[in-house]
Amino acid sequence: MEAKTKDLWVFIETNEDGSAKNVGLELLTPGRMMADKQGGKLVAVIIGSGVDPAVGAANSHGADQLLVVDSAEYASYTTDAYTSALCALVEKYGPTTILIGATNNGRDLGPRVSCRLKTGLTADCTALDIDEESGNVAWTRPAFGGNLMATILCPDHRPQMGTVRPGVFKKGNIAPGKAEIIKECIHVDAKDIRTQVLEIIRDMDSEKVDLEGAEIIVSGGRGVGGPEGFETHIKPLAAALGATVGASRAAVDSRWIAHSHQVGQTGKTVAPKVYIACGISGAIQHLAGMSGSDCIVAINKDPDAPIFDVADYGVVGNLFEVLPVLTEEIKKSRA
Amino acid sequence: MNILVCVKQVPDTTEIKINPETNTLIRDGVPSIVNPFDGYALEAAARIKDADPDTKIVVVSMGPEQAKSALKECLAIAADKAYLVTDRAFGGSDTLATSYILCNAVKKLEELEGPFDAIFCGKQAIDGDTAQVGPEMAEHMGLPQVTYGLEAVVDGGILKVTKEMEDGKSVIGVKMPCVVTFTKPAWDPRYPTIKRKMAANRAEIPNITAAELTTIDLAQAGLKGSPTKVKKTFVPQKKTGGVKIQEETNEDSAKKLFATLSAASII
Repeated sequence: MEAKTKDLWVFIETNEDGSAKNVGLELLTPGRMMADKQGGKLVAVIIGSGVDPAVGAANSHGADQLLVVDSAEYASYTTDAYTSALCALVEKYGPTTILIGATNNGRDLGPRVSCRLKTGLTADCTALDIDEESGNVAWTRPAFGGNLMATILCPDHRPQMGTVRPGVFKKGNIAPGKAEIIKECIHVDAKDIRTQVLEIIRDMDSEKVDLEGAEIIVSGGRGVGGPEGFETHIKPLAAALGATVGASRAAVDSRWIAHSHQVGQTGKTVAPKVYIACGISGAIQHLAGMSGSDCIVAINKDPDAPIFDVADYGVVGNLFEVLPVLTEEIKKSRA
Repeated sequence: MNILVCVKQVPDTTEIKINPETNTLIRDGVPSIVNPFDGYALEAAARIKDADPDTKIVVVSMGPEQAKSALKECLAIAADKAYLVTDRAFGGSDTLATSYILCNAVKKLEELEGPFDAIFCGKQAIDGDTAQVGPEMAEHMGLPQVTYGLEAVVDGGILKVTKEMEDGKSVIGVKMPCVVTFTKPAWDPRYPTIKRKMAANRAEIPNITAAELTTIDLAQAGLKGSPTKVKKTFVPQKKTGGVKIQEETNEDSAKKLFATLSAASII
């Protein structure tokens, strides 16, 4: 289809309490820059039920316009209802670009919508810009497990669409909202929603791992040696720092720690202030998930480990001897 | 039950290295494997067959002739029939074009194998990592979808799929026919038996080419049917100028690290 406007849309995914997921607010940051370069409005699109909190948040994070679909049939995410609603909005307003957070739901929704609109979608982007030559969005993403980066254009189809990895961009400062708010009523028949949520099993609080929101992460890898290494060395350091525990794929695949702790290409992407990698060699897949951290500290006995290529501070040594001393020093300094 | 499992042969991306001089991928000597997520999809189908032995599992791959080795592996593990969708006209397809071709291939396969109750795919392939082909196939075919599946059980005309969420799991009931994409479950997929391996090695795997896809519009396939274009590829940059600490003893290294991080107000 043809774009009717130069507007850039950010899909704001909502939680069941009507608040905005972080990634949508994060995307308003590059969205602003790109919308300005494209010469159109920055529009936040909010679909859900009881979404006033998300509307307020998107407004205070710099959107020029809010398109809001607020109705009971969108209370929990379903592919069918959300695809219908987003496609109906696109057909009515004709944006030139759509950004969607690459969450589980975002990656469920994005391809369904792009396919219905017969346009291009670039998955799981980690950098965004406008291509100077052509004026198209330049979508940059990792491929081959993070070994290679590719920049993708969608020159002849609109809207140009991409999903963007959470944690890559930072939320902007909060300012008083000035957005024009447009409410749209889009009804989806119950019979057209072909999936039904039968049960939800939330992780227990004790199992919840908020890696994306963590300021400090202490991560363990193959060098930790086993589940007891996490108990005796990684968790005490994390506790002393008030940090969240992360892990590499090697540690998770060995079942030393739950998948919810995994950082990297097939786990979470994190960007904490401090990332402490213990016994992690630094496979490219792991680096893809944490190289955006402000400060990276690596402890590894192999001086040639690739983790040292991205580390700001690297200790070559045995983590079983380094970590207890480091933990003690930190405890002493905070006593 | 008649289940179609879509698989892709991929390079083992954990074995890929970068040539430091040319900054390009070294693909030589990198083993080709069945995309691991497709293996989980096949395992999910095999578990349905464990519960209902009348189940038929058909596998399909799109790719060059050598992808037949991946299909043979699937036959050895659990599949009953295998087909390769292959044609030069399909080369260079992005996810929209790939899913369009596969949708047309499914129509052809349904003439040969009867209608499918469910189409299972891996969540994503480990080379492209897009996670788009499954949902796009579902959209082309007008079928409902569940993504991030861990396990699927049949309950009447409904498939109950346990789905991974960011903060837990959910159980989704979906009407069949449907498309389900699978991620890594808590169990390891089964291995082939020697007997199945030998049978798989002898199996004939028919090719399906563009000429046999009577419903396809080739303008929507291959490079010209792909809305996305690769502008450039490059190797991610390394950081330089990190501080390395290696004292006489590990204890001294730890103390120096603490002192350095404290002085820089990092911890």
